[in-house]
Order: sequence, then structure tokens, then C-alpha cells
Amino acid sequence: MIDPVIASRLQFALTTIVHIIFPVMSMGLAPFLIYFTWKEIRTQEQVYEQLRVFWTKIFAISFVVGTVTGIVLEFEFGTNFAAFATAAGELFGGPLAIEGMMAFMLEATFLGIFVFGRDEVGDRLYMLSSIFVGLGTWLSAVWILIANSWMQTPRGFEVARESGQPVISLVDPIAAYANPRFPWMYIHMQNAAVLSVALFITGVAAYYVWTNRDTRFWRKTMKVGLAVLLVTAPFQAIHGDAYGRHVAETQPKKFAAMEAQYDTESSVGLKLLAFPTSLEDVIDPHAENLFVVELPFVASILASGGDPGAQITGLDDIPGESPPVAIVFWAFRAMVGLGMWFILLAFWGGYRWLRGELFEDDLLAKALVGSSVLGIVTVELGWIVTEVGRQPWVIQGVMKTHAGVSAGLTGAEALATLAGFVGVYTALLVLYWYVVVRLIREEAPTRPPALERDTPGREEVVPNDD
Amino acid sequence: MTDPIVATTLGLGDGPLFGLPLARLWFALVFAVFGTFLFLDGFDFGVGALFATRDDAHEREQLLAAIGPFWDGNEVWLVVFGGMLFAVFPEVYAALFSRHYLLMFAILAALILRGLAPEMYEQRHDDAWQRRWGQAFVVGSITAPFFLGVFAGNWLFGVTGVASPASVLVGLAVVALTVVDGAAYLGLKTRGDVRLETRALGHLAQVAYLILAVAALVAGSRSASHVTLLSLPTLGLVGLTVLLAGVHVLAGRADQYYLAFAAVAAQVYGLVALVAILLYPQIDPATGLTVTAAVVSTLPLNLSTIGAGVLLPLVVSYFVVLYSAFSGPVEEQDAYA
Repeated sequence: MIDPVIASRLQFALTTIVHIIFPVMSMGLAPFLIYFTWKEIRTQEQVYEQLRVFWTKIFAISFVVGTVTGIVLEFEFGTNFAAFATAAGELFGGPLAIEGMMAFMLEATFLGIFVFGRDEVGDRLYMLSSIFVGLGTWLSAVWILIANSWMQTPRGFEVARESGQPVISLVDPIAAYANPRFPWMYIHMQNAAVLSVALFITGVAAYYVWTNRDTRFWRKTMKVGLAVLLVTAPFQAIHGDAYGRHVAETQPKKFAAMEAQYDTESSVGLKLLAFPTSLEDVIDPHAENLFVVELPFVASILASGGDPGAQITGLDDIPGESPPVAIVFWAFRAMVGLGMWFILLAFWGGYRWLRGELFEDDLLAKALVGSSVLGIVTVELGWIVTEVGRQPWVIQGVMKTHAGVSAGLTGAEALATLAGFVGVYTALLVLYWYVVVRLIREEAPTRPPALERDTPGREEVVPNDD
Repeated sequence: MTDPIVATTLGLGDGPLFGLPLARLWFALVFAVFGTFLFLDGFDFGVGALFATRDDAHEREQLLAAIGPFWDGNEVWLVVFGGMLFAVFPEVYAALFSRHYLLMFAILAALILRGLAPEMYEQRHDDAWQRRWGQAFVVGSITAPFFLGVFAGNWLFGVTGVASPASVLVGLAVVALTVVDGAAYLGLKTRGDVRLETRALGHLAQVAYLILAVAALVAGSRSASHVTLLSLPTLGLVGLTVLLAGVHVLAGRADQYYLAFAAVAAQVYGLVALVAILLYPQIDPATGLTVTAAVVSTLPLNLSTIGAGVLLPLVVSYFVVLYSAFSGPVEEQDAYA
């Protein structure tokens, strides 16, 4: 029978990886919806109403799936990580409770008005509802990331031992919750969410503009998406650099694993492209065994904040267990690589836009379509770097992950729920994908003109179509 | 370690806020929040169960429209309950959830099904698709309160296995109560046949609830040492429930739908209050842990109190705005989205 610790960790990884897709969609869509609602009310233009109605449908389904998968995560702390929940509940439970009351409630109640209430409430309350829904999604991330950042760089607590188990008490709430990691994580996450959704809506729009060059709705979507992409993509890279420096200072093991740096060296270059020269090194990459295209001195500059000769401490020279280097190393490479691609894509689109040829470049359209879900993939990779990179710790330097698992949990129970989640979450993903694609194909307010002539009313096209 | 000077200056770690008995207040608050969840999402569950009795596509749309704008918000009360229990009684949260491991995942599966179903139902307008998701909605709406009731029963009776006969009876009683709740709610939100027919079903469910609740108490007080049937609070609350059940049925017959709904709401809170009273002073009978022993230390307790004190009134105000925006019955032509 499987080890309950391994099964619990796999289950938590699976449920988080699937869950994060939906909050990314709702956090990223929220500012777009606020903008569309505002423009709709201000200009009375039909296209903004269409944009608001259509993207609200995607938002609503993302919110529902995000809610049901999010409740799972809250429960898992109690079911699978009871030892962690008991030891750290005093610090960790508070932010979760506040998240529910402050953020989730705001989002869920005003979503009722936002989705159902366009004709029930006045413009002012309706506008306010869109803002509250957005605020709710963003505040949710505040409290979740306060809790998570405390696990990465814990402060403001004391540890005692009771019959071998750690008991962590809150001593200084400001140190604990105004955690040094929090602003880094929060800005990186929120920008990533908006960037991901900008890529998604630009990609979807590009497909329709490319296949049918006469739709105002999709042209508008593409422009709004690209404008946001132009701001968020470069910003993410600039911010990511500075965030990396913070990681080097506070979690040197994670930073060394990101660069596969086993030995302590000075004047280390940043590996732009790196792949192993032998197959063995794919699963255990070592910086010295890689074929590398690098920017000389840049890793040292990044880690130190300006000194090209700075030393980077290697994994072998930091006491304690290392995280699984290969996962962290490759996830980090892929995240940065995709981030660079997004900047290129944004500038390419921006250049075409400036030349007045945005809708004429087929290659750009294909690139945008192909990149539409890559933003979300990149968010996943970023979280893998963050969460795998801090292993073996559940609370950095305080409590190991395996020590946090529920004591009475049996392998059979853990395996049963893990298998259940593999089935249910696969079905959820398929269903979500199906519904989103179907909404885009069937419910978007524009159709190719030829089709529109054949079937004047949308209502006649939609029912009984299968 | 950092210098705890800020916290000390604020004095939040020195003693309970305003000298209040915070452990007991939080015990009451956690159950009040659970009661609010059971009352609000309870009528969503009940509408889901009653969905099975409506064949007409148009009437089904009306039932979905009746809960459409509200159920997301209603369900969040469960998340808040979980968060509060975690924040203030983490040991209890961890012990209860890990002890009833498979049951918790059964609750989650039911909630996933119930949460997805109405949204999915509206995604396509063909019969096969809507029949499937309609069934999923019914199954999720019945199993979610059932498993939640079994969980509450296990908690109250200190059951350490999967379930006991008494906790299964609690589960069934909770299902009956949510049907009562849903029917009373539809009394406010619908008109015509739907209203009259669900009202009759609600009255039947009311009788079933009384029988099941008393049976659960009898079965529970035989198996669990800490539950005594013949105590003043138990008998008082049972008597009050019978009285409220009478009010509910009579008010329904007299077309006094608000009064009927209020009588149902009072029964839901009454049930949750009964559980809390029977537990107290313990909070986890399976381990004998008491409320005062299980509570977190003074500083986080004070912080949670300030947080809840500021935020809960705000949350209530959101619900007032939401429910008044969609007050009155759903129109005949109203659909879900």
C-alpha cells in the first residue's frame, strides 16, 4: 500500500494545480469586466455590453469551479495535514478565516448581483458590484498569499515542543503577516493572472479576427487584450528579476536549485538556455554538466543586487536536505522562457498595431492563438518553483512536510481519495474546457457574416444543436 | 526570531478583549455560522431535492431562478465556518476532519456535484444534457446535507468510526429539514402550482423531520454517554421545535409564507443550538477536549475577534443588499441566467 505521506502530497499537489487555474481566470478577468462595465455605462455602446455579458459567462463558470475546488483545499488541511493544522493553526487559520469573511463573501454575494442583476439594480449599484467582485477576488489572493508567504519566510512566532510535536504560537502578528515575502508573491501573482487572461482573450480574439476579419467584438477584445499584454508582460520579467534576488537572500536552497548550482562559485552567469549534455543530467542537472548559453555575471548580479563578482552558495554548501533540483530547475527555465516569449509576442503585436496592420498578420494571429493558454501554464510552473523549491519544508526551517501529515491516516484511505481526485478532477478539467470552448463558439455575440445571413436570430441557432 | 514589541505595545496578548469569555463566545459563534449556512444553503439544498418532483422544463427553470443569485453567497458560510473552526479551534478542526477522513471527501464530492449542476444545466438546452445535470443537481442536493448531518452526528455522539445508526438518523433528519426549508423558501419565491405542490411536500417533510430528529436523539442518548435525552435544554428545544413545526404548517395553510419561513429558520437554528448545548462544555467528545482547552492563545483569539467583529456586520449588509435586489417572487419568464 502507498505511503500516506506521499499520497497526501500528491493529492495536495494535484488539487492545487487544478484549482489555481480558476482563480487565475477570475482574478485576471476581474479588471477587464470592471472596465467593460464602466465603458458600457459611460458610452452606452453595444459592443461593451456584449463584451461584459460574454466574459461574465466565462467568469461565472470559472468562479463556480474555483469555489468547489477551493473548498477542497481548505478541507485538506484538516483531513490530510492535521499535524500541520494543529501545530500552526494559531497562525495559519486566521488568514483563512479572514479570507472567507473579507474576500470570498464580498465576491460571492456581489457576483449574484453582477451576473443576474443588470435589470434589477441601477447603474451605480451595478458598477459597484463589478468592483466588489473584482476586489473580492484580489483580496482572496491577499489572505491566501499572506498564509503562504508565512510558510516561505516565517516570522513573528515561537515554537515549543509538546510530546515531540511542534506547537507554534503567534507572538508578533505584524511581523508574521506583514511578511517580507508577501509583497513579492502578491505582485507577481496578480500580474501573472492579468497577463494570463490577457493572453487568453487575445488568443481567442485573434482566432476569430484571423478566420473572419469583420467582427467588431473580437477586434475590440484583441486590442484590449494586447494593450494589457504590452504592460503586464515586460513588467512580469522586471519584477521577477527583483523577486529572484529576494529568494536568493531568504531561501538560498531554492535559488541554488533554480540554477542547479551545486558548488559555491563567484561570477556566475545567468543561463538563458541550458540543456544537459548527457541523459542522466536531465533528472539530476548539475550546472557544470550543462550546455549553456548564458549572460556572464548576471546571476551573480541578480543574487547580490549589482556585484558581478558575487558568490552564489551552492546546494552542497548549505546544510540540510535539498529540494528535488530537476523539477525546480526545469520549471524555472520553462517559466522564464515562456515569460520572454510573452514579451516578444507583446512587442510584435504592438509593432503591428502601431503600423495599423494588427489584423493583417496571419503569423502573429497563429502565434497568439497558440499562446492563449500558455499564461496559465506559466503560472503553474511558477508555483511549482515556489512550492517544490521550498521542500522538504512545509514551514521553512520549522516543520518538515512529512511531519505535517495526519497521524492516523492510512495508506488505503489516502490512496482511495487520491484515485477519486484523479478521476473527478480530470472530469472537471474536461468539462470546464468543453464549456469554455462551447461558450466561445456558440455564445459569442458575433458570427461570421455568411452564417448570420442564413440564421438571423441567435436563439434559433443555439438550441438542439447536438 | 523577531522582537514582539509591536504586539506587546498593542496589549493584545495580555488578556481577552474587554475581559470577555472569548472561548465560549467563539464556540457559540462557530455554531451560529454553521446554523446560518444550514439555513441559507439549506433552502438551496431543499430546492434541489424538490427539483426532482418537477417535470416541466419551465417550472425547473423557475426553481433554478429562485436560488440563482443567492446560492454562491449562501455556500460561503460553510467556508467561513471551516475557516473559523481552523482559526480558533485548530486542534478540533484537525482532529474532526482527519478522523472522519472519507466522510469529509464524501461531503466534498456532494458539494462539487451540487455546485456544478445548476451552472452546467444552463450551458446547453437539449434534453439529454439537462436531464443528466438535473439528476446531478438532485443527487448533490440530497447527499450534501445527508453527509453533513452524519458528520454533525458523529461529532455530537463522539463516533470514531465511519458512522453510527444515530448519526445516520441525524443525516436523514437534516435532509428532511432542508426540504422543509426549501419548500418554505419556494413559498416566497414562486406562485401557482409550484407553490402549492411544494408546500404540501414541505409539510410532509416537516413531519418526517420531527420523527427523525427525535429518533436520532433517542438512538444517540443510548450510545453516547454525554448525551442525555431527559435534560431541560433537550426537552425544551424539542418542545419548541414541535411548536415551530406547528406554526410552519398552520401559517403555510393560511398563506402566511413569511411566518412559515421564519418558523423554519428558527427550527434550523434550534437544531444547531441543540447540538452545541449537548456538546458543551466539551467541543470534541471523542477525545473529551473542552472548549476552553481547545481554544488558541489570547493574542490570535483577540485578533480573530476583532476581525470577525468588523467583518461579520459587513457580510450581513452584503446579504441585505443582495436579497433586496432580488426580492419578491421569480417572474414566470425568469430563467437561471
